[in-house]
Amino acid sequence: MDSELRELYQQVILDHNKSPRNFKKLEDANHHAEGHNPLCGDHLDVYLQLENDVVKDISFVGNGCAISKSSASLMTAIIKGKTKDEAEELFGKFHDLVTGKLKNTDEIEALGKLAVFQGVQEFPARVKCASLAWHTLHVALNNTEEKISTE
Amino acid sequence: MLTDVKILDVQKIRKDFPILHTLVHGKPLVYFDNAATTQKPLSVIQKEEEYYNTLNSNIHRGVHSLSQKATTAYEQAREKVLRFINASRLSEIIITKGTTDSINLVASSFGKKFIKEGDEIIISHLEHHSNIVPWQLLCEEKKAVLKVIPINDKGEIIFEAFEKLISEKTKFISVVYVSNSLGTVNPVKEIIQLAHSKNIPVLIDAAQAIQHFKIDVQELDCDFLAFSGHKLYAPTGVGILYGKEKYLEEMPPYQGGGDMISSVTFEKTTYNSLPYKFEAGTPNIAGVIGMGTAIDYLNEIGMDLITSYEKDLFEYANAKLSSVEKLTPIGTAENKLSVFSFALEGIHPHDIGTILDFDGIAIRTGHHCTQPVMQRFGIPATARISISFYNTKEEIDFTADALKKVFEVFG
Repeated sequence: MDSELRELYQQVILDHNKSPRNFKKLEDANHHAEGHNPLCGDHLDVYLQLENDVVKDISFVGNGCAISKSSASLMTAIIKGKTKDEAEELFGKFHDLVTGKLKNTDEIEALGKLAVFQGVQEFPARVKCASLAWHTLHVALNNTEEKISTE
Repeated sequence: MLTDVKILDVQKIRKDFPILHTLVHGKPLVYFDNAATTQKPLSVIQKEEEYYNTLNSNIHRGVHSLSQKATTAYEQAREKVLRFINASRLSEIIITKGTTDSINLVASSFGKKFIKEGDEIIISHLEHHSNIVPWQLLCEEKKAVLKVIPINDKGEIIFEAFEKLISEKTKFISVVYVSNSLGTVNPVKEIIQLAHSKNIPVLIDAAQAIQHFKIDVQELDCDFLAFSGHKLYAPTGVGILYGKEKYLEEMPPYQGGGDMISSVTFEKTTYNSLPYKFEAGTPNIAGVIGMGTAIDYLNEIGMDLITSYEKDLFEYANAKLSSVEKLTPIGTAENKLSVFSFALEGIHPHDIGTILDFDGIAIRTGHHCTQPVMQRFGIPATARISISFYNTKEEIDFTADALKKVFEVFG
Protein backbone atom coordinates (compact mmCIF):
# COMPACT_ATOMS: atom_id res chain seq x y z
CA MET A 1 0.00 0.00 0.00
CA ASP A 2 1.10 3.51 -0.68
CA SER A 3 3.05 4.97 2.24
CA GLU A 4 1.32 8.32 2.01
CA LEU A 5 -2.02 6.54 2.29
CA ARG A 6 -0.79 4.55 5.31
CA GLU A 7 0.46 7.83 6.78
CA LEU A 8 -3.07 9.19 6.53
CA TYR A 9 -4.86 6.10 7.79
CA GLN A 10 -2.63 5.27 10.74
CA GLN A 11 -3.59 2.51 13.13
CA VAL A 12 -4.59 4.99 15.85
CA ILE A 13 -6.97 6.70 13.43
CA LEU A 14 -8.50 3.41 12.29
CA ASP A 15 -8.87 2.30 15.90
CA HIS A 16 -10.64 5.49 17.00
CA ASN A 17 -12.83 5.33 13.91
CA LYS A 18 -13.86 1.79 14.76
CA SER A 19 -14.39 2.36 18.45
CA PRO A 20 -14.79 6.08 19.05
CA ARG A 21 -14.23 7.20 22.67
CA ASN A 22 -16.80 9.34 24.50
CA PHE A 23 -19.26 8.67 21.70
CA LYS A 24 -22.54 9.55 23.42
CA LYS A 25 -24.70 12.46 24.38
CA LEU A 26 -23.59 13.97 27.69
CA GLU A 27 -26.79 14.26 29.71
CA ASP A 28 -25.49 16.84 32.20
CA ALA A 29 -23.66 18.95 29.63
CA ASN A 30 -23.77 22.70 30.17
CA HIS A 31 -22.13 23.60 26.86
CA HIS A 32 -22.97 22.27 23.44
CA ALA A 33 -22.32 23.06 19.79
CA GLU A 34 -23.25 21.51 16.49
CA GLY A 35 -20.70 21.29 13.69
CA HIS A 36 -21.45 20.77 10.06
CA ASN A 37 -19.42 20.44 6.90
CA PRO A 38 -21.98 21.24 4.20
CA LEU A 39 -19.77 20.15 1.32
CA CYS A 40 -19.49 16.55 2.44
CA GLY A 41 -22.43 16.21 4.80
CA ASP A 42 -20.30 15.50 7.90
CA HIS A 43 -22.15 16.43 11.02
CA LEU A 44 -21.36 16.23 14.73
CA ASP A 45 -22.40 17.51 18.15
CA VAL A 46 -19.91 18.27 20.91
CA TYR A 47 -21.09 18.26 24.53
CA LEU A 48 -19.15 19.76 27.43
CA GLN A 49 -19.44 19.86 31.14
CA LEU A 50 -17.47 22.95 32.00
CA GLU A 51 -16.81 23.85 35.65
CA ASN A 52 -14.72 26.90 36.59
CA ASP A 53 -13.29 26.88 33.07
CA VAL A 54 -12.17 23.27 33.38
CA VAL A 55 -13.54 20.56 31.06
CA LYS A 56 -14.88 18.03 33.58
CA ASP A 57 -16.41 15.88 30.88
CA ILE A 58 -16.73 15.90 27.11
CA SER A 59 -18.48 13.78 24.51
CA PHE A 60 -19.56 13.80 20.88
CA VAL A 61 -22.04 12.16 18.53
CA GLY A 62 -22.29 12.41 14.79
CA ASN A 63 -21.67 11.12 11.34
CA GLY A 64 -18.52 11.43 9.35
CA CYS A 65 -15.54 9.87 7.66
CA ALA A 66 -12.77 8.04 9.48
CA ILE A 67 -10.69 11.20 9.69
CA SER A 68 -13.41 13.37 11.21
CA LYS A 69 -14.67 10.67 13.57
CA SER A 70 -11.26 9.67 14.88
CA SER A 71 -10.27 13.30 15.22
CA ALA A 72 -13.33 13.96 17.36
CA SER A 73 -12.67 10.84 19.41
CA LEU A 74 -9.00 11.67 20.07
CA MET A 75 -9.92 15.24 20.81
CA THR A 76 -12.37 14.25 23.55
CA ALA A 77 -9.80 11.93 25.10
CA ILE A 78 -7.18 14.65 25.22
CA ILE A 79 -9.38 17.59 26.21
CA LYS A 80 -10.89 15.97 29.30
CA GLY A 81 -9.45 17.71 32.37
CA LYS A 82 -7.92 20.58 30.42
CA THR A 83 -8.74 24.23 31.13
CA LYS A 84 -10.55 26.28 28.56
CA ASP A 85 -7.36 28.16 27.69
CA GLU A 86 -5.37 24.94 27.31
CA ALA A 87 -8.08 23.57 25.05
CA GLU A 88 -8.03 26.67 22.88
CA GLU A 89 -4.25 26.51 22.64
CA LEU A 90 -4.40 22.88 21.54
CA PHE A 91 -7.00 23.82 18.93
CA GLY A 92 -4.54 26.37 17.49
CA LYS A 93 -1.70 23.85 17.49
CA PHE A 94 -3.87 21.14 15.93
CA HIS A 95 -5.00 23.49 13.21
CA ASP A 96 -1.38 24.39 12.45
CA LEU A 97 -0.50 20.69 12.39
CA VAL A 98 -3.11 19.66 9.82
CA THR A 99 -2.48 22.67 7.62
CA GLY A 100 1.26 22.00 7.64
CA LYS A 101 2.22 25.17 9.53
CA LEU A 102 3.56 23.37 12.57
CA LYS A 103 7.04 22.26 11.55
CA ASN A 104 8.96 22.07 14.82
CA THR A 105 9.44 18.37 15.62
CA ASP A 106 9.41 18.97 19.39
CA GLU A 107 6.14 20.84 19.15
CA ILE A 108 4.64 18.08 17.03
CA GLU A 109 5.81 15.42 19.47
CA ALA A 110 4.38 17.45 22.34
CA LEU A 111 0.96 16.93 20.80
CA GLY A 112 1.13 13.23 21.68
CA LYS A 113 -1.39 11.08 19.88
CA LEU A 114 -2.74 14.09 18.01
CA ALA A 115 0.45 13.97 15.93
CA VAL A 116 -1.08 11.08 13.93
CA PHE A 117 -3.04 13.70 12.03
CA GLN A 118 0.14 15.14 10.54
CA GLY A 119 -0.49 13.11 7.38
CA VAL A 120 -3.65 15.10 6.71
CA GLN A 121 -1.62 18.08 5.49
CA GLU A 122 -0.89 16.13 2.31
CA PHE A 123 -4.64 15.98 1.62
CA PRO A 124 -5.99 19.54 1.43
CA ALA A 125 -9.53 18.27 0.80
CA ARG A 126 -9.44 16.38 4.10
CA VAL A 127 -8.22 19.18 6.40
CA LYS A 128 -11.83 20.18 7.03
CA CYS A 129 -12.66 16.62 8.09
CA ALA A 130 -9.89 16.63 10.69
CA SER A 131 -10.67 20.07 12.06
CA LEU A 132 -14.48 19.93 12.20
CA ALA A 133 -14.56 18.57 15.77
CA TRP A 134 -12.09 21.20 16.97
CA HIS A 135 -14.00 24.08 15.41
CA THR A 136 -17.11 22.73 17.09
CA LEU A 137 -15.30 22.42 20.43
CA HIS A 138 -14.19 26.04 20.12
CA VAL A 139 -17.79 27.16 19.71
CA ALA A 140 -18.99 24.91 22.54
CA LEU A 141 -16.35 26.31 24.91
CA ASN A 142 -17.63 29.78 24.21
CA ASN A 143 -21.15 28.51 24.52
CA THR A 144 -22.59 30.40 21.65
CA GLU A 145 -25.04 27.54 21.01
CA GLU A 146 -24.96 28.10 17.31
CA LYS A 147 -24.39 25.85 14.33
CA ILE A 148 -20.92 26.09 12.93
CA SER A 149 -19.68 25.20 9.53
CA THR A 150 -16.21 24.49 8.22
CA GLU A 151 -17.04 26.05 4.87
CA MET B 1 -27.86 -11.48 -43.81
CA LEU B 2 -25.22 -9.29 -42.29
CA THR B 3 -26.40 -5.93 -41.17
CA ASP B 4 -24.20 -2.92 -40.86
CA VAL B 5 -23.75 -2.71 -37.10
CA LYS B 6 -21.68 0.24 -35.96
CA ILE B 7 -19.51 -0.40 -32.96
CA LEU B 8 -17.94 2.31 -30.90
CA ASP B 9 -14.17 2.01 -30.96
CA VAL B 10 -13.41 3.13 -27.43
CA GLN B 11 -9.62 3.01 -27.83
CA LYS B 12 -9.89 5.38 -30.77
CA ILE B 13 -12.25 7.62 -28.79
CA ARG B 14 -9.84 7.75 -25.86
CA LYS B 15 -7.16 9.16 -28.10
CA ASP B 16 -9.39 12.21 -28.61
CA PHE B 17 -9.21 13.10 -24.91
CA PRO B 18 -5.70 14.22 -23.87
CA ILE B 19 -6.44 14.20 -20.13
CA LEU B 20 -7.25 10.48 -20.18
CA HIS B 21 -3.55 9.85 -20.69
CA THR B 22 -2.36 11.66 -17.57
CA LEU B 23 -1.17 9.91 -14.42
CA VAL B 24 -2.60 10.41 -10.93
CA HIS B 25 -0.39 9.22 -8.04
CA GLY B 26 1.64 7.51 -10.74
CA LYS B 27 -1.34 5.50 -12.04
CA PRO B 28 -3.28 6.03 -15.26
CA LEU B 29 -6.29 8.24 -14.62
CA VAL B 30 -9.60 6.40 -14.41
CA TYR B 31 -12.13 9.18 -14.68
CA PHE B 32 -15.48 8.22 -13.20
CA ASP B 33 -16.74 11.64 -12.18
CA ASN B 34 -18.49 12.39 -15.44
CA ALA B 35 -21.73 13.48 -13.79
CA ALA B 36 -19.79 16.34 -12.19
CA THR B 37 -18.16 17.35 -15.44
CA THR B 38 -17.03 15.57 -18.58
CA GLN B 39 -13.55 15.73 -20.08
CA LYS B 40 -13.01 17.70 -23.27
CA PRO B 41 -11.99 16.29 -26.63
CA LEU B 42 -8.95 17.81 -28.29
CA SER B 43 -11.11 19.43 -30.99
CA VAL B 44 -12.93 21.48 -28.34
CA ILE B 45 -9.71 22.48 -26.60
CA GLN B 46 -8.15 23.48 -29.92
CA LYS B 47 -11.23 25.42 -30.94
CA GLU B 48 -11.03 27.59 -27.84
CA GLU B 49 -7.35 28.24 -28.45
CA GLU B 50 -7.98 28.97 -32.10
CA TYR B 51 -10.67 31.49 -31.15
CA TYR B 52 -8.27 33.45 -28.94
CA ASN B 53 -5.50 33.15 -31.52
CA THR B 54 -7.48 34.21 -34.54
CA LEU B 55 -10.97 35.55 -33.79
CA ASN B 56 -11.03 37.21 -30.38
CA SER B 57 -13.30 40.27 -30.42
CA ASN B 58 -16.69 41.21 -29.08
CA ILE B 59 -19.80 39.92 -30.79
CA HIS B 60 -22.90 41.73 -32.08
CA ARG B 61 -21.06 45.06 -31.89
CA GLY B 62 -18.21 45.88 -34.19
CA VAL B 63 -18.36 46.46 -37.92
CA HIS B 64 -14.80 45.27 -38.19
CA SER B 65 -14.01 41.90 -39.69
CA LEU B 66 -12.97 40.12 -36.52
CA SER B 67 -16.15 41.05 -34.71
CA GLN B 68 -18.23 39.89 -37.64
CA LYS B 69 -16.38 36.59 -37.86
CA ALA B 70 -16.68 36.03 -34.12
CA THR B 71 -20.40 36.82 -34.30
CA THR B 72 -20.88 34.35 -37.12
CA ALA B 73 -19.02 31.61 -35.26
CA TYR B 74 -21.02 32.33 -32.12
CA GLU B 75 -24.35 32.23 -33.95
CA GLN B 76 -23.31 29.04 -35.74
CA ALA B 77 -22.95 27.43 -32.33
CA ARG B 78 -26.53 28.45 -31.54
CA GLU B 79 -27.66 26.79 -34.78
CA LYS B 80 -25.81 23.62 -33.83
CA VAL B 81 -27.62 23.56 -30.50
CA LEU B 82 -30.92 24.08 -32.30
CA ARG B 83 -30.33 21.08 -34.53
CA PHE B 84 -28.94 19.00 -31.67
CA ILE B 85 -32.18 19.27 -29.67
CA ASN B 86 -34.36 19.61 -32.77
CA ALA B 87 -35.82 22.98 -31.85
CA SER B 88 -37.54 24.87 -34.63
CA ARG B 89 -36.62 28.49 -33.94
CA LEU B 90 -33.34 30.18 -33.08
CA SER B 91 -35.34 32.65 -30.98
CA GLU B 92 -35.98 29.76 -28.60
CA ILE B 93 -32.31 28.98 -27.95
CA ILE B 94 -31.00 31.18 -25.16
CA ILE B 95 -27.34 30.97 -24.30
CA THR B 96 -26.68 31.03 -20.55
CA LYS B 97 -23.87 30.26 -18.12
CA GLY B 98 -25.17 26.76 -17.41
CA THR B 99 -28.11 24.76 -16.07
CA THR B 100 -28.24 26.68 -12.80
CA ASP B 101 -28.31 29.99 -14.66
CA SER B 102 -31.01 28.68 -17.03
CA ILE B 103 -33.28 27.57 -14.18
CA ASN B 104 -32.73 30.80 -12.27
CA LEU B 105 -33.66 32.73 -15.39
CA VAL B 106 -37.00 30.95 -15.67
CA ALA B 107 -37.76 31.04 -11.94
CA SER B 108 -37.00 34.73 -11.80
CA SER B 109 -38.54 35.91 -15.06
CA PHE B 110 -41.49 33.55 -15.45
CA GLY B 111 -42.07 33.89 -11.72
CA LYS B 112 -42.11 37.67 -11.82
CA LYS B 113 -44.76 37.68 -14.51
CA PHE B 114 -46.94 34.68 -13.80
CA ILE B 115 -46.62 33.50 -10.17
CA LYS B 116 -48.91 35.00 -7.54
CA GLU B 117 -49.64 34.49 -3.87
CA GLY B 118 -51.09 31.05 -3.16
CA ASP B 119 -49.94 29.56 -6.48
CA GLU B 120 -48.19 26.22 -6.38
CA ILE B 121 -45.00 25.03 -8.06
CA ILE B 122 -44.16 21.34 -8.28
CA ILE B 123 -40.67 19.83 -8.25
CA SER B 124 -39.54 16.28 -7.39
CA HIS B 125 -37.64 14.80 -4.49
CA LEU B 126 -34.82 13.91 -6.91
CA GLU B 127 -33.88 17.50 -7.72
CA HIS B 128 -30.41 18.91 -7.52
CA HIS B 129 -30.19 22.01 -5.29
CA SER B 130 -30.20 24.21 -8.39
CA ASN B 131 -33.72 23.03 -9.21
CA ILE B 132 -34.89 23.54 -5.63
CA VAL B 133 -33.44 26.79 -4.36
CA PRO B 134 -34.49 29.12 -7.24
CA TRP B 135 -38.09 27.97 -6.71
CA GLN B 136 -37.83 28.37 -2.95
CA LEU B 137 -36.59 31.93 -3.44
CA LEU B 138 -39.49 32.62 -5.79
CA CYS B 139 -42.05 31.07 -3.43
CA GLU B 140 -40.69 33.10 -0.55
CA GLU B 141 -40.94 36.30 -2.55
CA LYS B 142 -44.39 35.65 -3.98
CA LYS B 143 -45.86 33.73 -1.02
CA ALA B 144 -46.35 30.79 -3.35
CA VAL B 145 -46.11 27.16 -2.26
CA LEU B 146 -43.52 24.57 -3.30
CA LYS B 147 -44.83 21.00 -3.64
CA VAL B 148 -42.55 17.99 -3.92
CA ILE B 149 -43.27 14.72 -5.76
CA PRO B 150 -42.15 11.93 -3.39
CA ILE B 151 -39.90 9.01 -4.38
CA ASN B 152 -40.04 5.33 -3.45
CA ASP B 153 -37.26 3.20 -1.95
CA LYS B 154 -35.82 2.52 -5.40
CA GLY B 155 -35.43 6.23 -6.03
CA GLU B 156 -38.28 6.53 -8.54
CA ILE B 157 -40.89 9.26 -8.39
CA ILE B 158 -44.34 8.08 -7.34
CA PHE B 159 -46.47 9.04 -10.32
CA GLU B 160 -49.81 8.61 -8.53
CA ALA B 161 -48.62 11.06 -5.90
CA PHE B 162 -47.73 13.50 -8.66
CA GLU B 163 -51.22 13.18 -10.13
CA LYS B 164 -52.65 14.05 -6.73
CA LEU B 165 -50.33 17.03 -6.27
CA ILE B 166 -51.56 18.75 -9.42
CA SER B 167 -54.39 21.16 -8.78
CA GLU B 168 -55.86 24.34 -10.15
CA LYS B 169 -53.29 26.16 -8.06
CA THR B 170 -50.38 24.51 -9.89
CA LYS B 171 -48.75 27.10 -12.11
CA PHE B 172 -45.40 25.53 -12.96
CA ILE B 173 -43.64 22.16 -12.86
CA SER B 174 -39.87 21.77 -12.90
CA VAL B 175 -38.38 18.28 -12.84
CA VAL B 176 -35.07 16.62 -13.52
CA TYR B 177 -34.79 14.23 -16.49
CA VAL B 178 -32.03 12.06 -15.02
CA SER B 179 -31.07 12.19 -11.33
CA ASN B 180 -27.44 13.17 -10.81
CA SER B 181 -27.15 11.30 -7.52
CA LEU B 182 -29.07 8.09 -8.31
CA GLY B 183 -29.23 7.89 -12.10
CA THR B 184 -33.02 7.50 -12.13
CA VAL B 185 -34.60 8.44 -15.46
CA ASN B 186 -37.88 10.23 -14.80
CA PRO B 187 -40.97 9.64 -16.97
CA VAL B 188 -40.82 13.22 -18.17
CA LYS B 189 -42.96 12.62 -21.25
CA GLU B 190 -45.86 11.42 -19.07
CA ILE B 191 -45.30 14.31 -16.68
CA ILE B 192 -45.42 16.81 -19.55
CA GLN B 193 -48.53 15.23 -21.06
CA LEU B 194 -50.41 15.32 -17.79
CA ALA B 195 -49.27 18.89 -17.06
CA HIS B 196 -50.29 20.07 -20.52
CA SER B 197 -53.74 18.54 -20.16
CA LYS B 198 -54.11 21.13 -17.41
CA ASN B 199 -52.24 23.89 -19.25
CA ILE B 200 -49.31 23.90 -16.86
CA PRO B 201 -45.87 24.65 -18.34
CA VAL B 202 -42.99 22.26 -17.58
CA LEU B 203 -39.25 22.81 -17.32
CA ILE B 204 -37.00 19.79 -17.78
CA ASP B 205 -33.57 19.88 -16.15
CA ALA B 206 -31.57 17.91 -18.71
CA ALA B 207 -28.14 18.47 -17.15
CA GLN B 208 -27.60 14.70 -16.75
CA ALA B 209 -29.56 13.62 -19.81
CA ILE B 210 -28.37 15.66 -22.80
CA GLN B 211 -24.96 13.92 -22.93
CA HIS B 212 -26.42 10.41 -22.82
CA PHE B 213 -29.25 10.27 -25.34
CA LYS B 214 -30.93 12.19 -28.11
CA ILE B 215 -33.41 14.79 -26.89
CA ASP B 216 -35.99 16.17 -29.30
CA VAL B 217 -37.72 19.14 -27.68
CA GLN B 218 -40.55 19.13 -30.22
CA GLU B 219 -41.31 15.49 -29.64
CA LEU B 220 -40.92 15.85 -25.88
CA ASP B 221 -43.01 19.02 -26.01
CA CYS B 222 -41.35 20.47 -22.92
CA ASP B 223 -41.86 24.20 -22.44
CA PHE B 224 -38.34 24.76 -21.16
CA LEU B 225 -35.21 22.63 -21.26
CA ALA B 226 -32.05 23.51 -19.33
CA PHE B 227 -28.57 22.03 -19.68
CA SER B 228 -24.87 22.82 -19.25
CA GLY B 229 -22.12 22.76 -21.81
CA HIS B 230 -19.49 21.39 -19.48
CA LYS B 231 -21.36 18.11 -18.96
CA LEU B 232 -21.67 17.87 -22.74
CA TYR B 233 -17.90 17.73 -23.38
CA ALA B 234 -17.81 21.53 -23.85
CA PRO B 235 -16.08 24.20 -21.75
CA THR B 236 -17.42 25.34 -18.37
CA GLY B 237 -19.44 28.51 -17.99
CA VAL B 238 -21.80 27.98 -20.93
CA GLY B 239 -25.24 26.47 -21.04
CA ILE B 240 -28.56 26.53 -22.79
CA LEU B 241 -32.10 27.41 -21.99
CA TYR B 242 -34.56 26.24 -24.60
CA GLY B 243 -37.95 27.88 -24.12
CA LYS B 244 -41.14 28.05 -26.15
CA GLU B 245 -41.51 31.41 -27.78
CA LYS B 246 -45.03 31.88 -26.44
CA TYR B 247 -43.63 32.01 -22.91
CA LEU B 248 -40.34 33.75 -23.67
CA GLU B 249 -42.15 36.59 -25.43
CA GLU B 250 -44.29 37.23 -22.37
CA MET B 251 -41.46 36.96 -19.86
CA PRO B 252 -39.61 40.12 -18.75
CA PRO B 253 -35.80 40.33 -19.16
CA TYR B 254 -33.76 38.53 -16.52
CA GLN B 255 -30.74 40.81 -16.40
CA GLY B 256 -30.20 44.24 -17.91
CA GLY B 257 -27.15 45.30 -19.88
CA GLY B 258 -25.47 45.12 -23.24
CA ASP B 259 -26.86 42.90 -26.02
CA MET B 260 -30.33 42.63 -24.47
CA ILE B 261 -31.41 46.14 -25.47
CA SER B 262 -32.73 47.61 -28.65
CA SER B 263 -32.52 51.26 -27.57
CA VAL B 264 -31.74 52.94 -24.28
CA THR B 265 -32.58 56.43 -23.08
CA PHE B 266 -32.77 57.47 -19.46
CA GLU B 267 -36.54 57.57 -19.80
CA LYS B 268 -37.10 54.21 -21.42
CA THR B 269 -35.34 51.14 -22.71
CA THR B 270 -36.80 48.91 -25.37
CA TYR B 271 -35.60 45.35 -25.28
CA ASN B 272 -33.99 43.39 -28.01
CA SER B 273 -35.88 40.57 -29.69
CA LEU B 274 -35.52 36.92 -28.70
CA PRO B 275 -33.22 35.28 -27.85
CA TYR B 276 -31.06 38.36 -27.15
CA LYS B 277 -33.57 39.78 -24.69
CA PHE B 278 -32.24 37.22 -22.22
CA GLU B 279 -28.55 37.55 -23.06
CA ALA B 280 -27.19 40.57 -21.20
CA GLY B 281 -23.47 41.25 -21.19
CA THR B 282 -20.55 39.81 -23.10
CA PRO B 283 -20.84 36.02 -22.91
CA ASN B 284 -18.16 33.32 -22.83
CA ILE B 285 -17.74 33.55 -26.59
CA ALA B 286 -14.93 31.01 -26.90
CA GLY B 287 -16.84 28.63 -24.65
CA VAL B 288 -20.00 28.88 -26.73
CA ILE B 289 -18.08 28.26 -29.94
CA GLY B 290 -16.42 25.34 -28.14
CA MET B 291 -19.86 23.99 -27.29
CA GLY B 292 -20.67 23.99 -30.99
CA THR B 293 -17.51 21.98 -31.60
CA ALA B 294 -18.44 19.53 -28.84
CA ILE B 295 -21.81 18.99 -30.50
CA ASP B 296 -20.04 18.38 -33.83
CA TYR B 297 -17.86 15.82 -32.09
CA LEU B 298 -20.83 14.00 -30.56
CA ASN B 299 -22.71 14.05 -33.87
CA GLU B 300 -19.71 12.58 -35.61
CA ILE B 301 -19.75 9.59 -33.25
CA GLY B 302 -23.55 9.54 -33.23
CA MET B 303 -25.72 9.96 -30.16
CA ASP B 304 -27.42 6.60 -30.76
CA LEU B 305 -24.08 4.83 -30.71
CA ILE B 306 -23.10 6.70 -27.53
CA THR B 307 -26.39 5.67 -25.91
CA SER B 308 -25.99 2.00 -26.76
CA TYR B 309 -22.31 1.86 -25.74
CA GLU B 310 -23.03 3.56 -22.42
CA LYS B 311 -26.03 1.32 -21.78
CA ASP B 312 -23.92 -1.77 -22.27
CA LEU B 313 -21.08 -0.40 -20.11
CA PHE B 314 -23.49 0.67 -17.40
CA GLU B 315 -25.11 -2.76 -17.25
CA TYR B 316 -21.66 -4.27 -16.94
CA ALA B 317 -20.70 -1.81 -14.19
CA ASN B 318 -23.94 -2.38 -12.35
CA ALA B 319 -23.46 -6.14 -12.29
CA LYS B 320 -19.75 -6.06 -11.52
CA LEU B 321 -19.85 -3.43 -8.80
CA SER B 322 -23.01 -4.78 -7.17
CA SER B 323 -21.18 -8.06 -6.65
CA VAL B 324 -18.48 -6.40 -4.53
CA GLU B 325 -18.86 -7.71 -1.01
CA LYS B 326 -20.43 -5.36 1.57
CA LEU B 327 -21.43 -2.92 -1.16
CA THR B 328 -24.97 -1.55 -1.23
CA PRO B 329 -26.15 0.26 -4.35
CA ILE B 330 -28.14 3.41 -3.53
CA GLY B 331 -30.97 3.99 -5.99
CA THR B 332 -32.19 0.92 -7.83
CA ALA B 333 -34.67 2.40 -10.30
CA GLU B 334 -35.83 0.18 -13.18
CA ASN B 335 -34.95 2.90 -15.64
CA LYS B 336 -31.53 4.12 -14.70
CA LEU B 337 -28.39 5.22 -16.51
CA SER B 338 -24.82 6.37 -16.13
CA VAL B 339 -24.77 6.80 -12.35
CA PHE B 340 -23.86 4.08 -9.84
CA SER B 341 -24.20 5.43 -6.30
CA PHE B 342 -23.24 3.16 -3.44
CA ALA B 343 -22.24 2.70 0.17
CA LEU B 344 -19.60 0.36 1.60
CA GLU B 345 -20.44 -1.18 4.95
CA GLY B 346 -18.79 0.75 7.78
CA ILE B 347 -16.72 2.98 5.53
CA HIS B 348 -17.53 6.59 4.87
CA PRO B 349 -17.65 7.66 1.19
CA HIS B 350 -14.90 10.22 1.78
CA ASP B 351 -12.49 7.56 2.84
CA ILE B 352 -13.44 5.50 -0.22
CA GLY B 353 -12.79 8.55 -2.41
CA THR B 354 -9.35 9.21 -0.93
CA ILE B 355 -8.26 5.58 -1.13
CA LEU B 356 -9.46 5.12 -4.75
CA ASP B 357 -7.68 8.33 -5.68
CA PHE B 358 -4.41 6.58 -4.86
CA ASP B 359 -5.20 4.15 -7.65
CA GLY B 360 -5.82 7.06 -9.99
CA ILE B 361 -9.60 6.56 -9.82
CA ALA B 362 -11.64 9.77 -9.67
CA ILE B 363 -15.10 9.35 -8.17
CA ARG B 364 -17.44 11.77 -6.47
CA THR B 365 -18.18 11.40 -2.78
CA GLY B 366 -20.64 13.46 -0.80
CA HIS B 367 -24.25 14.49 -1.08
CA HIS B 368 -23.98 15.51 -4.77
CA CYS B 369 -25.89 18.74 -4.06
CA THR B 370 -28.99 16.62 -3.47
CA GLN B 371 -29.29 16.69 0.31
CA PRO B 372 -33.03 15.84 0.26
CA VAL B 373 -32.22 12.62 -1.64
CA MET B 374 -29.63 11.71 0.99
CA GLN B 375 -32.16 12.44 3.74
CA ARG B 376 -34.69 10.21 1.97
CA PHE B 377 -32.27 7.29 2.16
CA GLY B 378 -31.11 8.18 5.67
CA ILE B 379 -27.47 8.57 4.68
CA PRO B 380 -25.18 11.60 4.81
CA ALA B 381 -23.41 10.86 1.55
CA THR B 382 -22.72 8.28 -1.13
CA ALA B 383 -19.81 7.33 -3.33
CA ARG B 384 -20.70 7.79 -6.99
CA ILE B 385 -19.26 6.32 -10.14
CA SER B 386 -20.60 8.01 -13.27
CA ILE B 387 -19.63 6.81 -16.71
CA SER B 388 -19.04 8.23 -20.15
CA PHE B 389 -18.53 6.62 -23.55
CA TYR B 390 -14.76 6.97 -23.12
CA ASN B 391 -14.79 4.63 -20.13
CA THR B 392 -14.08 0.92 -20.51
CA LYS B 393 -14.99 -2.40 -18.92
CA GLU B 394 -11.35 -2.75 -17.87
CA GLU B 395 -11.69 0.44 -15.84
CA ILE B 396 -14.77 -1.02 -14.14
CA ASP B 397 -12.86 -4.21 -13.30
CA PHE B 398 -9.93 -2.20 -11.96
CA THR B 399 -12.28 -0.14 -9.79
CA ALA B 400 -14.08 -3.21 -8.43
CA ASP B 401 -10.67 -4.57 -7.35
CA ALA B 402 -9.69 -1.22 -5.86
CA LEU B 403 -12.90 -1.22 -3.81
CA LYS B 404 -11.85 -4.51 -2.26
CA LYS B 405 -8.59 -2.83 -1.26
CA VAL B 406 -10.51 -0.17 0.63
CA PHE B 407 -11.42 -2.88 3.14
CA GLU B 408 -7.76 -3.85 3.41
CA VAL B 409 -6.85 -0.33 4.48
CA PHE B 410 -9.51 -0.42 7.14
CA GLY B 411 -8.44 -3.91 8.24
